[in-house]
Amino acid sequence: MNSAHSSAPKNSQPSSAEEGSSSHSVAVPPSSLDLWTNFLFRGACQLFAWLTIALLAFIVILLVVKAKAAVEDYGLGLLIGTTWNPNSDPPKYGILPQIWGTLYSSLLALGIAGFFGISIAIYLTQDFLPTWLEWLFKNIIELLAAIPSVVYGLWGIFVVIPFIKPACNWLHESFGWFPLFSTSLIGPGMFPATLVLAIMILPTVTAVSRDALVSVPTKIREAAFGLGATRWEVILKVILPTAGTGIFGALVLGLGRALGETMALAMLVGSSNKLSWSLFSPADTLAALLANNFNEAGEVEVGVLLYAALVLMAITLSVNMAGTALVRRALANLEGTK
Amino acid sequence: MTSPDSQSSQGAEDQPLDLNRNFRDRRTLTSIALSTLTTVVTILACIPLFSVLAMLAWRGGKRLNWAIFTETPPTGFETGGGFGNAIMGTLVMVGIAAVMSVPFGILAAIFLAELGPKSKTATVVRFCIKVLSGFPSILAGVFVYATIVLAMGYSAFAGSIALSVLMLPIVVLTAEEAMKMVPARMKEAAAGMGCTRTQVVWKIVLPTALPGMLTGVMLAVARAAGETAPLLFTAMSSPQYWIFEDGKLKLDEPASSLAVLIFNLSSSPYDNLLELAWAAALVLVLIVLFFNIVGQVLSRRKFKT
Repeated sequence: MNSAHSSAPKNSQPSSAEEGSSSHSVAVPPSSLDLWTNFLFRGACQLFAWLTIALLAFIVILLVVKAKAAVEDYGLGLLIGTTWNPNSDPPKYGILPQIWGTLYSSLLALGIAGFFGISIAIYLTQDFLPTWLEWLFKNIIELLAAIPSVVYGLWGIFVVIPFIKPACNWLHESFGWFPLFSTSLIGPGMFPATLVLAIMILPTVTAVSRDALVSVPTKIREAAFGLGATRWEVILKVILPTAGTGIFGALVLGLGRALGETMALAMLVGSSNKLSWSLFSPADTLAALLANNFNEAGEVEVGVLLYAALVLMAITLSVNMAGTALVRRALANLEGTK
Repeated sequence: MTSPDSQSSQGAEDQPLDLNRNFRDRRTLTSIALSTLTTVVTILACIPLFSVLAMLAWRGGKRLNWAIFTETPPTGFETGGGFGNAIMGTLVMVGIAAVMSVPFGILAAIFLAELGPKSKTATVVRFCIKVLSGFPSILAGVFVYATIVLAMGYSAFAGSIALSVLMLPIVVLTAEEAMKMVPARMKEAAAGMGCTRTQVVWKIVLPTALPGMLTGVMLAVARAAGETAPLLFTAMSSPQYWIFEDGKLKLDEPASSLAVLIFNLSSSPYDNLLELAWAAALVLVLIVLFFNIVGQVLSRRKFKT
C-alpha cells in the first residue's frame, strides 16, 4: 500500500508479504493477515449496524410483550377510563386524562413554538441582520436546547409560575365564563407546563425551519424581488410556500419532541387526573404519569404503566416518522433546483 | 401578487411610473409591521435563556462552596451538606454509557458511511437510528426497567444502559456525517495503492473525521448528563457515596445523579434543600455547557482544515 516508499530496498519484499503493512516496503497486494482483518472488521461493522436494528426491534417487542397482560386485562377500556386508583378493590385504571393532557399540552406548545420558531427562522435567514448577529441569535436559540429539562422544571416552579400567576388569575376573574379560563391557577397547571414545553421545543422547530428556508433556491427569491415585491411579499408569497413542506415537517418533529418530553411536565403539570379545557387547571400527561408512578407501583400497576408506555411510544413514533418523511421529501423536492 | 397594478394605479396614467416606495403605502406598512414583529419575537425568545442563566447564577451561585462537592445531601432540618455523590454518580454513569455507546455507534456509522452506504441494510439502519433519536427518554427508562431492573434491581449499571440507548443515535448520526465529509479522492488514492477497505477506514477516514466524531460524542455526553427521566427508575437515587466501597466499584447498587437529585429536591419544603437544588442545577448546567462548548470548538476546527 505504501507506494510513496517504493525506493525501499527490494530485499524487504519477501518479509513484507507476511507483515502486510510494513511502511518500508514497495506496494504489495494485501497479505492474508490484512485480508482477514479486513474481513473481520467489515463483519464487525455490519454486525453493529444490524444490532441497532435489533435494539429498536427489541425495545418495541419487549414493551409489547410486557404490556400484553395489561392489554388483555383492560383492553381498550383503559384508554377511555378516567379514574386512576390503585388502592380500590379491584384497582381502577384509566389513562384518558393523560392522553388528553399529552395531546393538549403538546399541541398548545406547538402553537406557541411554531409561531415563534417560524418567525425566528425567517428573521435569521432573510437578510434582516448582519451575519454576526444572525450567528449570535442562532447560537442563543440553540443553547436553549442544551439546558436539561429538569432545570427548566425547576425554573418553571420558581420563576414561571409566580410570574404568570397574577395575569392568569386576572384572566380567570374577568373571563371565567370562557372554557379556557374556567379555573384559577393555584400552582402547577397546564399553562405553565405548556409555556416551558414551548421553550423546550423552540430550538427544534427553529433549526428545522431554518434548514427548510435556507434550501429555497436564491433565484426564486431574486426573481420575486425583481418583479418589485416587498420583502414580506417575497417571504409570504414565494419563500414560505416553497419551504412549506419542510416547515410542516419541522412542526411535526417539534410535536414529536413535545409528546415525549417528561421531566418539565412531571414537575409543572400538577399530576392531577382531570379532563379539562381550562389552561389553568392541573392536569397530567402520559410521560409524567410514568415518571411519577413507576417507582411506587405494584405488579399490576407496572403492567398498566407499561401499557401507557406503549401508547406513548405508538403516538411519538408515528408522529416522528411522519415528520422525518416530510422533511426528507421537502429536501428531495428542492434538490437540483438550486 | 398585484404589485405592478397597485404601483401604476397610484401615478397618473400619462406620467412616468413612480419607482420610489411611498411610506404610507399599505404594502410598505405591512412590511415594516411584520419586520418589527419578527424582531420583537426573536428578542422575546432570548429572554428564557437569560432568565434561566440569571436564576442559576443568582440562586445557585449563592450556595457555591467547597462543601457541595464533597458532602452528601442533608435531611430536611439539617443545614449545609452537598451533593458530591450525585456529581460522581452522573460522571460515572455517563462515562460508562459513553464507553458502551461510542464504539457501538462508531462501528455502525462506519458501516453506514463507508462499507455499505447504499445497501438496503443501511437504509433500514438509518431509519431505525432516526426513530431512536426521536425516542422519548422516559421510554428508554421503561425499557431498561422491564429488562434489567426487574431481574437485578435498581443499579447504576442499569442507569448507564438507559443513557447509552439515548446516546447511540447521536453518536451514529454525527459520526456518519463526519465521515461523509472526508473527500472521496483521499479514499480513492488509498484504495488505488492497494489498501483494503479496513486500512482505508483506519488510516484515512477515521483520522480525518476524528474532530467531527468527537463533536458528536461530546454532544451525546452533554445530552446524557442532563437526562433525568431514564434514571428515575433505573439508577434511582442513593444518599451515600455508593461507588468506592472497599476500594471497589459498586455498579450494582442504586446511585445518585445530579438530574434526579434536582427533581427530588425541587418538591422539598425546606429552604436549605431548595438552595441545594439550585446549586446542583448550576453545576449540572456548567457540566452540560462545558461538553457542548468543547464539541463546538472541535467542530469549528473541522471546518478550517
